[in-house]
Amino acid sequence: MMLAVDIAGIKMKTPVMTASGTFGSGPEYADFVDLNKIGAIVVKGTTLTPRDGNRGRRIAETPAGMLNCIGLENPGVDEFVSRILPGLAAYDVPIIVNIAGATTDEFAELARRLSVPGVAGLELNISCPNVKEGGIAFGTDCASAAAVVAAVRRNTALPVITKLSPNVTDIVSIARAAEDAGSDAVSLINTLLGMSIDIRRWRPELGNVLGGLSGPAIKPVALRMVWQVARAVKCPVIGLGGIMTANDAIEFLLAGASAVAVGTANFVNPRASVEIAEGIRDYLVERGIKHVSELVGRVNENI
Amino acid sequence: MSKIVADGIVIEHFSLAPMIKRLTLGAPAIARAAQPGQFVHVRVGEGYHPLLRRPLSIAEVDREVGNITVIYRIVGQGTALLASLPPGEFVDCMGPLGNGFDLNTERPLLVGGGMGLAPLLFLAKALCPKPVTALMGGRTKEELWWRNVFLGVCRSIHVTTDDGSMGRKGFTVNLLPELLENCKYDRIYACGPLRMMEGVARLARDKGIPCQISFEDHMACGVGACLSCTCAGTDGKRRKVCSDGPVFWAEEVLEL
Ligand SMILES: Cc1cc2nc3c(=O)[nH]c(=O)nc-3n(C[C@H](O)[C@H](O)[C@H](O)COP(=O)(O)OP(=O)(O)OC[C@H]3O[C@@H](n4cnc5c(N)ncnc54)[C@H](O)[C@@H]3O)c2cc1C
Ligand SMILES: Cc1cc2nc3c(=O)[nH]c(=O)nc-3n(C[C@H](O)[C@H](O)[C@H](O)COP(=O)(O)O)c2cc1C
Ligand code: FES
Repeated sequence: MMLAVDIAGIKMKTPVMTASGTFGSGPEYADFVDLNKIGAIVVKGTTLTPRDGNRGRRIAETPAGMLNCIGLENPGVDEFVSRILPGLAAYDVPIIVNIAGATTDEFAELARRLSVPGVAGLELNISCPNVKEGGIAFGTDCASAAAVVAAVRRNTALPVITKLSPNVTDIVSIARAAEDAGSDAVSLINTLLGMSIDIRRWRPELGNVLGGLSGPAIKPVALRMVWQVARAVKCPVIGLGGIMTANDAIEFLLAGASAVAVGTANFVNPRASVEIAEGIRDYLVERGIKHVSELVGRVNENI
Repeated sequence: MSKIVADGIVIEHFSLAPMIKRLTLGAPAIARAAQPGQFVHVRVGEGYHPLLRRPLSIAEVDREVGNITVIYRIVGQGTALLASLPPGEFVDCMGPLGNGFDLNTERPLLVGGGMGLAPLLFLAKALCPKPVTALMGGRTKEELWWRNVFLGVCRSIHVTTDDGSMGRKGFTVNLLPELLENCKYDRIYACGPLRMMEGVARLARDKGIPCQISFEDHMACGVGACLSCTCAGTDGKRRKVCSDGPVFWAEEVLEL
């Protein structure tokens, strides 16, 4: 029980979730890890109609990280609700659906169609760097971010988490706008826009030229942003970006995150989400700390 | 038949040809479950660079001893790191991943080029004692050290080289019509460059012979979770190379 948390009404056994786009909808990893031991599963970005994603090469490796330009390939919300969601009922783990609309109305409609049993919450992806319409455009402007959150809010009673983009000059103002518009929590960060070039062919490595950087390389940036946002908002903050180990996760908790999510690390170690939770528990036990919430935001900035 | 993540111990690791390594790992659970065409997703180092695992086809399996073997070309940082591991070291493997070949054949023809021959080796061994014919292509005879690897596993081996330095001059698809005239194969398995597989699949279709091919793509998760590796199926539905493939029926994914 020392790890159980409640994030905006979503009850999790541990504060360690899996990040959207890196864990499928869960069963893909069921051979490797007990899904019932994960805090919450955030499924791949879901859109109103099916998307094929981007053409050409979709990932490239960079020092201590990777770039991706998947482009929100997904079967569409109706297919998710009718075919994928029922299978997830076999697991005792909250399912949070990451949604991406090209317009505010699409976000609202997605929220309506996903307000069904089996969905524990919605994560608004206003930060996808890999699609032409919508995506990051909503996450780089306070007014549009607020409009999306408000529209979703009107269409669902589910907990709403807004996922913030790091590709902005002032992430705190976007976080505040989302909270003021009714977001129950914020999650950060999505990937940082990046690029890599194949010098043998003088061409970008990725089919989409640009892609989102994730993995340990982005951790210091993510941590800084979590710390800034957590001090500025009252709602719970979910921290992610480059978390590979329990120690990384503990840094995010100390910076002010009430829960964390593990993304790229799943590719490296399919058991990462559960091992990180176990590592946090060991850390608490060693220090005689009774509950993980006692770490949240406790970094001491006085030198 | 479940997939696992396990530390395989390096049993044997040596060069088959310049830049080509053969690595045998003690990994009993993976060896027991492995089917021809499946792959292992291998972590090449402990640190964060390179970060991602590397997919490698399972080229041989010894179920009794509990060993799997991969044959790989050193092409970059990851494979170079892997190449430095001596016997006794451990390699973190996820596997066996993906869907393998359909083994329902009496008279198989295997067509391979380059490292695409690695999964076909496991396939050839699994099909024994059925009479297996192999057709392999390379640029020059230096690339066809593969022939020695397949000797003893196949009933007959046919070779093409781009420059004619070994076997027939030309590509595998140039020799293939002749082979199809001379013998009634009931199944063709192809793995290698996309152009080659398309050519093989077209000839197979013309002859009405069911054909399976094995795809490659850049992969992150290896288990169908990240959508790095998807391709379009001919039915308009998407396929994940790592978990729906890497082996597909040709007409499922190739416009012929
Ligand atoms: C299912 C599957 C099975 C495979 N089986 C084998 C095998 O049995 N033997 C073998 O030698 N190789 C195999 N490969 C390819 C192997 O995974 C790559 O060569 C390896 O990951 C390269 O790692 P690296 O760090 O050495 O090279 P990197 O530095 O990552 O890349 C070197 C060059 O190779 C290219 N490359 C890397 N991975 C791929 C890929 N998946 N598809 C196309 N181009 C790529 C890169 O774009 C770059 O130009 C397989 C790939 C897949 C998807
Ligand atoms: C392959 C891949 C696909 C992703 N897809 C999505 C997505 O659909 N929606 C989303 O909000 N974030 C997506 N992300 C971003 C991650 O959820 C996460 O915010 C980011 O990768 C940083 O965390 P990490 O460093 O732990 O991976 C994706 C990331 C990767 C690597
Ligand atoms: S590699 Fe992740 S879906 Fe295929």
